[in-house]
Amino acid sequence: MQSVSLPTNQLKARALKVREHIVRMSTDGGCFVGASLSAADLIVYLYSEFLNINSDNLDDPERDYLFLSKGHDVPALYGTFVELGLLEKGRLKNHLSINDHIYWHPNTHIPGIEFHSGSLGHLPSVAIGVAMDIKIKGGKNKVVCIMGDGELDEGTCWEALLVANAYKLDNLIFVIDRNRFQANMATENLIPLEPLVDKFKAFGAAVKRINGHSFKALHEAFSAYPFESGKLNVVIADTVRGKGIPSIERRADRWFCNFNATEVADLLKELHGEHVTQLTSETLVVR
Amino acid sequence: MSYEELLTQTALSDERFIVMTAENRALVRNIPGKLGNRFIDTGITEQTMIGAAAGLALRGRIPVVHALASFLTMRAFEFVRTDAGIPNLPLKLSSFIPGFLSDGNGPTHQAVEDVSLMRGIPNMTVFAPADEDDLVTMLPQIWNHPNPSYVRINTRKTDFQHSPFEPGKAEVVSRGDDVTILTYGLLFEQALIAIDILKNEGLSVGLVNMRSLKPVDEQVILQATQGSNLTVTLEDHFLTGGLYSIVAEVLLKHGLAAKVLPFALNEKWFKPSLLPSVLQHEGFTGKQIAGKILGYNTRIVQPEISIPQFSE
Repeated sequence: MQSVSLPTNQLKARALKVREHIVRMSTDGGCFVGASLSAADLIVYLYSEFLNINSDNLDDPERDYLFLSKGHDVPALYGTFVELGLLEKGRLKNHLSINDHIYWHPNTHIPGIEFHSGSLGHLPSVAIGVAMDIKIKGGKNKVVCIMGDGELDEGTCWEALLVANAYKLDNLIFVIDRNRFQANMATENLIPLEPLVDKFKAFGAAVKRINGHSFKALHEAFSAYPFESGKLNVVIADTVRGKGIPSIERRADRWFCNFNATEVADLLKELHGEHVTQLTSETLVVR
Repeated sequence: MSYEELLTQTALSDERFIVMTAENRALVRNIPGKLGNRFIDTGITEQTMIGAAAGLALRGRIPVVHALASFLTMRAFEFVRTDAGIPNLPLKLSSFIPGFLSDGNGPTHQAVEDVSLMRGIPNMTVFAPADEDDLVTMLPQIWNHPNPSYVRINTRKTDFQHSPFEPGKAEVVSRGDDVTILTYGLLFEQALIAIDILKNEGLSVGLVNMRSLKPVDEQVILQATQGSNLTVTLEDHFLTGGLYSIVAEVLLKHGLAAKVLPFALNEKWFKPSLLPSVLQHEGFTGKQIAGKILGYNTRIVQPEISIPQFSE
């Protein structure tokens, strides 16, 4: 990537819009709001600055690919698609409507979504298949797969690392949204993942660990792609669950949220720094 | 033509084909050198192989994937269901040593619920050839069909000359008023022996090589059950979910009843040994099948059953 100057203010404004979309989807059935907010900046960055994906090239075999393996953070993807013109804004109002395909996990009825997900630990291998085909054809496309840190509990993530290393897939980038929470608990209190950099390095990957909410840091990391010839790229993006809304940040009990209308209005104000919301809606345990 | 020759020829003539294996190379020993980077061995990772095959299929490829039947269908079940079934991608599953063909391996390697599992996945198609000739007759159409497929690979050699294949159609070997045996896979060999014995005993006997278990040939099942006094289902599979269940589903769908005698594994795995002993122990030799249908033993000597050329 040769981008001379990074339009940081534009990216921040876009990410704020995406967070608004996420909050608006967190009612009338709700969504996985905390995980969506942690991934918002990196999804906005990747589509805005790194990936060659737009509404005109979705059928072009030379385009780049993004696979959202984490799946339940799809509101961040829907929001980004709206801001980039890939998805009509009005459709976000159809969240969970029987008449549309905007639901809790990604699906290919939404143009731009490459593969459905929801079952964790699947898309690293699907992304491997795409990266393998690009290698066979001598293509230059980049393949990104975003995984959650909790998702790393699944053994197939580590199988995929073995295979990606064996096939020297340096056109593949695994991005870990390291928000330090799995469904109900902090990762380190349930299935500790650290030292994560060492783990990925031991599997043969070229690893960068960055602040996943800093566009400058994201840009520095992804500008170095491919990190090392013949090595899988791994970016560990340290993030905050619920980022942008202090009242739900870093809270184990705010994974899936179904807020009432008053709370949504308050949360939107909180997003703009006005105050901290007093949440009264029930904490939901969905897993 | 052998399985490997057909696969090599198909892949060399059509760039879309990718040959994959989870380090099960028995069927594809000579392919790596011939296909170059269109041969992919993911190591002992059935799940990752299926996911990667889905990724390759997304790019327009037709992956023919190889693994032992039990691991392909059970270790990787959710990947097959989620990454091939949901998006209806043309993953071509070649399952090695299904059913009794795992002979001496033991219950970990016994895929005797694979037909049940695979046919339960929307979009998946399921096939079980009677021998190698049947296999290579069936595969070109299976591989060129847009749906995912599961094939119980059977490379055993028989003298039987099979008729042309049509997906969803069974091969009717003979028709009979007294008994019709419906079977698939390697037990076709024993069914041929059984019908000879039954004919010698004066019965009018039909034999059907089912071939295609999903889609299934309903007309053949209706003809057999309505046209014979007794229908026999013969399969190296659990009683639940295989051909006996398929016949029951078809009869119920059409509001019909029939007298059906199942040969299957009822709530148990089979005792591991070499194939001839397995068949003898479990009561699946042609002579034993005929004896059970007749209700008495004949003096006919059971022909020798060949031992599979390789186990793993």
